[in-house]
Amino acid sequence: DTSLAEVNSFSSSMPISPSSMINQYKFEDEPELRDLFITVDDPESHITAIETFITYRVVTKTSRGEFDSSEYEVRRRYQDFLWLKSKLEEAHPTLIIPPLPEKFIMKGMVERFSDEFIETRRKALHKFLNRIADHPTLTFNEDFKIFLTAQAWELSSHKKQGPGLLSRMGQTVRAVASSVRGGVKNRPEMFTEMNDYMETFSQKINVLDKIAHRIYKEEREYFNELKEYGPIHTLWSASEEDIADSLKGVASCIDKCCKATEKRMAGLSENLLPILHEYVLYSEILMGVLKRRDQIQGELESKVDALANKKTEKDLFSEEIGKLEDKVECANNALKADWDRWKQNMQCDMRSTFTNVAENNLHYYEECLATWESFLASQTVDLHVEEDSEDRP
Amino acid sequence: MEDCLAKKMEITVSEAEKRTGRNAMNMQETYTAYLIETRAVESQSEGQCAPVDSLWRRYSEFELLRNYLSVTYPHIVVPPLPEKRADFVWHKLSADNMDPDFVERRRIGLENFLLRVASHPVLCQDKIFYSFLTQEGGWKEMVNETGFQLKADSRLKALNATFRVKNPDKRFTELKHYSDELQSVISHLLRVRARVADRLYGVYKVHGNYGRVFSEWSAIEKEMGDGLQSAGHHMDVYAASIDDILEEEEHYADQLKEYLFYAEALRAVCRKHELMQYDLEMAAQDLTSKKQQCEELATGTVRTFSLKGMTSKLFGQETPEQREAKIKVLEEQIQEGEEQLKSKNLESRDFVKSAWTDIERFKEQKNHDLKEALISYAVMQISMCKKGIQVWTNAKECFSKM
Repeated sequence: DTSLAEVNSFSSSMPISPSSMINQYKFEDEPELRDLFITVDDPESHITAIETFITYRVVTKTSRGEFDSSEYEVRRRYQDFLWLKSKLEEAHPTLIIPPLPEKFIMKGMVERFSDEFIETRRKALHKFLNRIADHPTLTFNEDFKIFLTAQAWELSSHKKQGPGLLSRMGQTVRAVASSVRGGVKNRPEMFTEMNDYMETFSQKINVLDKIAHRIYKEEREYFNELKEYGPIHTLWSASEEDIADSLKGVASCIDKCCKATEKRMAGLSENLLPILHEYVLYSEILMGVLKRRDQIQGELESKVDALANKKTEKDLFSEEIGKLEDKVECANNALKADWDRWKQNMQCDMRSTFTNVAENNLHYYEECLATWESFLASQTVDLHVEEDSEDRP
Repeated sequence: MEDCLAKKMEITVSEAEKRTGRNAMNMQETYTAYLIETRAVESQSEGQCAPVDSLWRRYSEFELLRNYLSVTYPHIVVPPLPEKRADFVWHKLSADNMDPDFVERRRIGLENFLLRVASHPVLCQDKIFYSFLTQEGGWKEMVNETGFQLKADSRLKALNATFRVKNPDKRFTELKHYSDELQSVISHLLRVRARVADRLYGVYKVHGNYGRVFSEWSAIEKEMGDGLQSAGHHMDVYAASIDDILEEEEHYADQLKEYLFYAEALRAVCRKHELMQYDLEMAAQDLTSKKQQCEELATGTVRTFSLKGMTSKLFGQETPEQREAKIKVLEEQIQEGEEQLKSKNLESRDFVKSAWTDIERFKEQKNHDLKEALISYAVMQISMCKKGIQVWTNAKECFSKM
C-alpha cells in the first residue's frame, strides 16, 4: 500500500524505539520553535439557491521551505474541516487526531446560525487547526498543507482524487473481519491498560461535563433572581428618609455583585465548558484509535492463522506477514508516543482550566467583598457622626 | 427616659415544648408551649442571684395579650407577634409549624415581642401584661373580665371598608399611605430574597458533585491524583458552607418581617383615627341638622325639603303645642349633642396628640433597627465572601499542583 508508506513518517527502514520517539516530541507549545501560525476568523454567511452555509477565513503564516509562500488566506466551510479530519484519520489510523466541533448542538439551546453558535464553532475550529500544527507528525501531512493553502477550486478538485471509495471499503472489510474473529488475541499489556484507563476517563469526563453544565445553569438562575433583588431596595428608599441612603447603598452593592456573577458565568462558558466538551470528544477519539490499532493487529493475526493452515506458498505468505508485522509495530509505536503526548497535554489543559475556574471564583468573591466592605465603611462613618452629634450638648 | 419594665426585669422565652391537650371542642390537639422566665434585675447588683420565676404560655395566649393591648391602647403602635404560619419559605425551609427550626425562630420572635412591650414607655406599665409574665393561673379570666372585647370596634375588623372622612388629618393620611407602601415593599423583598436564597443554595450544592468525580478520576491518574483529590475535598467544604450562611440570613429576614407586621400595627392606628374622625364628623353633622330643624320649627320656615314638612303642609299643620313639644325635645338633644361633640373633640385631640408621640417614637426605633439590620446584612455578605475566598484559594493551590 504505497500511499500509506508515503504519508506515514515511519518507514520500516528507520530504527524505531519508543524512547527515541518520545524525545522527539515537544509536549507543550514552544512559540520560539513554531514555524506555522494559523488563525480562524471572520465568519461569513453564503446564500445559494440550494443552501445557506458559513465560511471561515483561515490565515496561515509560515517560514517553512515546503510552502511556496509565507502567507496564505483561504476560506473554508465546516465540510472542508470534516474532509481534512477524515483524511488525517485515514493516513494515521493510530494517531490521535484532535476533535472537531460537532455538526449540530443537540442541547437545543442554540440556534444553528446564531452568533453564539458561530463563535463557539469558530473558536473550536481554530483550536483544531492549531493542535494539528503543533502535532509533530500531523503538521507535515500533505492534505493539511493543501487545506491551508489551496484556493476553493483547487481544494475541490483535490478532494475528488485520492484512494477513495475502494480503499475505504477495504478498511471496513478488514474491520468487520477482525471483529468477526472475536477481537485481538495477543494484545500487548500496555494497550489493555490504555483501554481500561480510557473507559474510566471517558466516564469521568462525561460526568464532569454534566456537572459543569449544571453549575452554569444554577449560576444563571441565581443571576436572574438577583437582578430583581437590588431594585426593590431602591424602590423602598423612595418611601424613606433616614434610611434611604442605606437602602440605596445595599441596592448598589447587590447590583455590583450581580455584574460580578455575570462575569463568573462568562468565565465558565468561555473556558471550562469548551475544554470539558473537547475532552469528551477526545475520549471518543481515543477509544476509536485503540480500536483501529486492534484491527491492524487483528489483520496480522488472521494472516498468521491462515499461514498455519497452508503448506504451500509459505514464502509469499511470510513476506506479507513481515509487512504486516512492521505495520503493527509502527502503529503501536505511533500510538504509544502520541498517547504520552496526549496525556501530558491533557494534564496541562486540566490544570490550567481548573486553576482558571478557581481564579474566576476568587475574583468574583474579591469583587463582592470590596463592594460590601465599602458600604459598611460608609455606614459606620455615619453612625460615628450621629453619635458625636448626640454627645455634644 | 422613663423607667420601663425591661430595665427592672429580665425576660426570656427560654424553651419550647410540644404538648397535647384538648381544645374548646374537646378534640385532641398538639401545640407548642413556651417557657417564660423572669427575674428581677435589681437584686443582682447586690451580688445575689435573684430567683427565676417561670410559667408556660402558648401562642394563642400571646395573641390574646396583643389583642387586649391593641384595643386598650388604640393610639399606640403595638409591637407585632411573629408570624402564625411560616411564610416566605424557600424550598429547604419547612412550612410546618411543628418543624423544630420554625419553633426555634418563633421562640426568639416571642421573646422579642415581650421585650418590645416591656421597653415601651406606656405598655410596660400595663397590669395585664405584668400578670401575663408572672401569673400562671387565671390570667385568661382576668383579661376577659376587663371587657376589652366590648370596646373593640367591629368596624376596625373591616380593614378595607372606606369611610368618607371629609377632613382627615393630613399626617395620618400620609402615614397610612406610608404603611401600605412599607408592607408592599417588604413583602416583595422577602419573596425575592427567598428565591435568591433558593438559587444560591443550588449553586453551592452543585459544587458538591465535584468531590466524588475527582476522587474517582484521581484513582486512574498518577501525577494529577493528589491535586484532584484534595481539590475535591475543598469543593465539599464549599458546598457544605451554604447551610450556615443561609441560616444566618433567616434571622435577617425575621428582622424585616417584624417591620412588615409593624406596618400593619401602624395602619391600625391610622384606621382608628379615621374612625374617630368619622364619628366626630357624623356627630357634628347630626347636631347641625338638629339645630336646623329646631330653627325651622321655631320660625316656621322650611329651608330644606323634608317629607314631614310636605305632609304637614298637605295634611294640615301641627298645633302650636305639638310644635313647642318638638322644639323642647330637640333643644335637649342639641344640648346633649353639643356636650358629646365637645368630649368627642377632646378625645380626638388627645388621641392625635398621644398617637403622634408614639408614632415619632416608633419612627426613630424603626430607622435605628432597619439601619442596623442592613448593616448586619452587609456583615453577613462579607463573611460569606471571605469564606469563599478561603475555599477557592485552597482549591486553586490544589489545581495548580495537578
